[in-house]
Amino acid sequence: MATRDFTAHESHAHAAPQGFIRKYVFSLDHKVIGLQYYFLALTAVFVGMFLSLLMRIHLIWPTASIPLLGEIKPETYLTLLTMHGTIMVFFVLTTAPQGGFGNYFLPIQIGAADMAFPVLNMLSFWVTLLGYLVMLSAFFVAGGAPLHGWTGYPPLSAVPSAGPGEGLGADLWVTSIALFCIGALMSALNFITTTLDMRAKGMTLMRMPLTCWAWFVTAILGLLAFGVLFSAGILLLLDRNAGTSFYVPLVVVNGQMVGHKGGSPLLWQHLFWFFGHPEVYIAILPAMGLCSQLLSVFSRKPIFGYKAMVYAILAIGLLGFMVWGHHMFMSGMSPYTAFAFSIMTMAIGVPSAIKTFNWLGTLWGGRIRFASPMLFAIGFVSLFVSGGISGPFLAQPVLDIPLHDTAFVTGHFHLIMGVASIFGIFAATYYWFPKMFGRMMNERLAQAHFWLTFIGTYCIFMPMHYAGMAGQPRRYSQFTTLHYLEKLIPLNEFITFAAFVTIAAQFIFVFNLFWSMKAGKKAADNPWEATTLEWITATPPPHDNFGGQTPVVYNGPYEYSVPGAPKDYVMQTDPSIVAAAH
Amino acid sequence: MATFPTTVPVDVEPITGRGGAAPPSRRSDGGDGNGGPFDYGSAAFELRLRRARLGMIVAISAIAMIFVSFTSAYVVRQGLPTIDPRTGTLVHDWLPVRLPPLLLLNTLVLLVSSVTMELSRRQIAREAAGTVAASAQHANRSQISWLALTIALGLAFLGAQLVAWRELAATGFYLATSPSSSFVYLLTGMHGIHLLGAVFVLLFAGAAAIVGKPIATRVVILDVTGWYWHFMAILWVYVFCLMKFAR
Amino acid sequence: MGLVLLIVIWLITFISSYFFLAKTWWLPVGASAAAAGIDHHFSTTYILMGTVFIAAQVALGLFAWKFRERSAAARYSHGNNKLEIIWTLLTAILFIGLNLASGSIWASERFRPAVSNATQVEVTGMQFAWYFRYPGPDGKFGATKPELIDPSSGSESAVGLDTTDPASKDDVVTGTMYVPVNREVEVVLRAHDVIHSFFIPQMRFKQDAVPGLAIHMHFTPIAVGDYELTCAELCGLGHYKMNGMLKVVSQEDYDKWLAAREAEKQ
Repeated sequence: MATRDFTAHESHAHAAPQGFIRKYVFSLDHKVIGLQYYFLALTAVFVGMFLSLLMRIHLIWPTASIPLLGEIKPETYLTLLTMHGTIMVFFVLTTAPQGGFGNYFLPIQIGAADMAFPVLNMLSFWVTLLGYLVMLSAFFVAGGAPLHGWTGYPPLSAVPSAGPGEGLGADLWVTSIALFCIGALMSALNFITTTLDMRAKGMTLMRMPLTCWAWFVTAILGLLAFGVLFSAGILLLLDRNAGTSFYVPLVVVNGQMVGHKGGSPLLWQHLFWFFGHPEVYIAILPAMGLCSQLLSVFSRKPIFGYKAMVYAILAIGLLGFMVWGHHMFMSGMSPYTAFAFSIMTMAIGVPSAIKTFNWLGTLWGGRIRFASPMLFAIGFVSLFVSGGISGPFLAQPVLDIPLHDTAFVTGHFHLIMGVASIFGIFAATYYWFPKMFGRMMNERLAQAHFWLTFIGTYCIFMPMHYAGMAGQPRRYSQFTTLHYLEKLIPLNEFITFAAFVTIAAQFIFVFNLFWSMKAGKKAADNPWEATTLEWITATPPPHDNFGGQTPVVYNGPYEYSVPGAPKDYVMQTDPSIVAAAH
Repeated sequence: MATFPTTVPVDVEPITGRGGAAPPSRRSDGGDGNGGPFDYGSAAFELRLRRARLGMIVAISAIAMIFVSFTSAYVVRQGLPTIDPRTGTLVHDWLPVRLPPLLLLNTLVLLVSSVTMELSRRQIAREAAGTVAASAQHANRSQISWLALTIALGLAFLGAQLVAWRELAATGFYLATSPSSSFVYLLTGMHGIHLLGAVFVLLFAGAAAIVGKPIATRVVILDVTGWYWHFMAILWVYVFCLMKFAR
Repeated sequence: MGLVLLIVIWLITFISSYFFLAKTWWLPVGASAAAAGIDHHFSTTYILMGTVFIAAQVALGLFAWKFRERSAAARYSHGNNKLEIIWTLLTAILFIGLNLASGSIWASERFRPAVSNATQVEVTGMQFAWYFRYPGPDGKFGATKPELIDPSSGSESAVGLDTTDPASKDDVVTGTMYVPVNREVEVVLRAHDVIHSFFIPQMRFKQDAVPGLAIHMHFTPIAVGDYELTCAELCGLGHYKMNGMLKVVSQEDYDKWLAAREAEKQ
């Protein structure tokens, strides 16, 4: 492993920026930008949760009137659903783990002073923020926000007369997503270049923490996938506003011919899901990387099978581009193609299973410390198993026949994205809070947050599998019209009740977060006794991360309980113990 | 305990953020040198150049994916039959577009500009090598002759594209006339927007030369923009062939 | 804390498994020829995956408790290649095996067109109702024209039937789907405005209806009865109420019903 000459300036030793605007608003510092992304995601998640709460209320009390909002009409329900999905997937799950924590900690964990292109980094945040504001603006325009689901299938999303909110609201929705794509591509560029070109001396690829591997592969997925979503969005905007017919065949809406012909709704689905499937891996990979990290730190054991974990991340990334058709088994796609996609989909279950075995293997023989980051890491494994197990059902086209577009699918992806991935964000917050803010978060509150959320989310999303098997369709604003759904109403009531409790529990987290920034116990530089490079910096790290110097790395990232070492952890920069090569 | 058992003390030579005048694009720009200069040919310069080139390769991959998706949409749409409302049968509505001959001429213009772009890249490299010897930091005008020519050819290409659009419209093919015409406008338009971005960067590079920005920075800008420019030329040839031969 | 984790994880696992095993909420009773095979494979999948689910969660809870911090040092190990290979292979065999088994059922259903004497029904979805068209004694569906589509007038106008086409004269359009039992039904799926999806839970039938396409599918009802059907692809504000009824009757009753509809047209 050739290392480059690092004597010339890898350092970042110009004076730190002065003034509030340069320090906190238009900052070029990856740490500030990371926090900006994080707080953007924090506001977005509360918007998204509020929307889902309204949805759950409407489902069991369809005629209820909400204070200030009035009665929720069926089209409003669908708007809530659309915006909930869109905001959560893009502005929370694709923002906090990668743009938030990735930005903050990738450079530090590889020993760099900043990202490769700091101005591009800053721009990527502001473009993303602009996208977020455009998305929210859809609520306030004439017609309101769109109702076509986060998946935006045309013709429903392409023909303004197909539903309320499909006018200007839908144009804003597409524009927001296009902006998000641009921000994501800029960010991906930075992550990839930084990982490849800015590792400190001794930080070979196979000594990178698994968080860095996860951020790196996530960035590659983003680089190749967001361009496709962007193109799909351009075609949709043209169909909506320029009279083209990429997606829309000859359709008659409410007895009116709408002037398109010859387009293919399936074209959108192919383009969207070619992006959409890598997107769900973008949402989960950083959390998987972090889970590996935390299980190792808090079991005081090296991660079980580091190489296998790296290959699994790479395999998930690669295969992630070959399975998109499993969202389209019922779409009218050729059954032969469906079969091919289903084989690939089952294949991608294998690296995910390997990771799960390795996480269990990491716990085995460990010496577990149950700090709050570890609780969320263990919770992550449980939730990932639960959400992952329902995957092989959906991956088989024959079983997808009864299950597609039912609550079973909703339960599946919420357990993985809506809970496991969020647990990754929580775990990251509790873990890295001391480094970012110099204080510890309150452990009692953290534990209360964990238990309520862990149990609460299982109570919300596990029952959805039962409802789905019984035939409860997705995206229904109420269950009052089909007889066979009547017996599922008590189950839905239970889910709504659990949602109330779980959402309430999130305020414990928010309170803990902000209160601890001011009044938390002061943190040491390495409170968790972890080995990776962020724990050798000052707390919080200075502008150039390492105080004018560049670390030199001797060990892998998981040297815990090394026999013969004075402590049960060996920093990556510690040359005194020669760790086993791997 | 934040300790560094071994670290390498580094020269305190600032590497500043990237220049902000260029439009937000997926390319990486060279620095603007508003901190202290770094010497052309030094290890620091090599590092910066390498990093910028790596960033450019990554950016080009992302842009390539956009055109890959458009290609797949093109192929799918071309093969798709549609139900003719008058007869109730399936017909193909592709209607091959007669491309204005201007586009072929324009292809030559862009290829020539690729050559001039390469020449301007070498021109500035020679200039930089010369300044190392003579420790002069400033360019004189004639050193940006190839750059100016490239900019002119780029603008000529873009202007001619607009003229080609008018010619196309004159034959009755507008954006929404047929799927084939939609793609012609879409592909040429998207390519044009990306090329326009590169023209802005070249203009910025020219301005940087005139105002006397450090040579090393200008070398990096021109180097990576050169790669991008060549990619634009190859992309154009691809788009042109797609529209002309996959009819 | 380790013990609490074990208890909670195990409780969640056993409670959720209970509801799966007890089939408290389960797939509705199958009433098509394909249902038995699909349901059998569903059971196979859920037994195998359920076992994995329980094993993984039990292990997680167990390890969280068993390896809590105590005096012994943690085991310093970077992994075990042999184990990696073994569990990778086992997982691959399980997943690929399941897939191939289901693939053969999929092939038998979807890789062949309907039989030649199948009952023909054209199913058209539009915001927010399903219409069913029968070709009548001539066995041919008459032409439809988009310009003639008028949902407010119901039935024949809703599907845009071109009454000048001779083949249309005997086409019957209804809002309820009637089919004879024990005979394959060939469904031709169409949509006028946006994507819908024709879902009959008890027939284990689901297929998107896509504008611009006429998708041919088939199923064979094997029990007389009334079966709810609904839309399973978000299609607008009325998606939740785009329901209907499939009535499976004896061949005799079907013929009588169809004859009565034909008579009404005169």
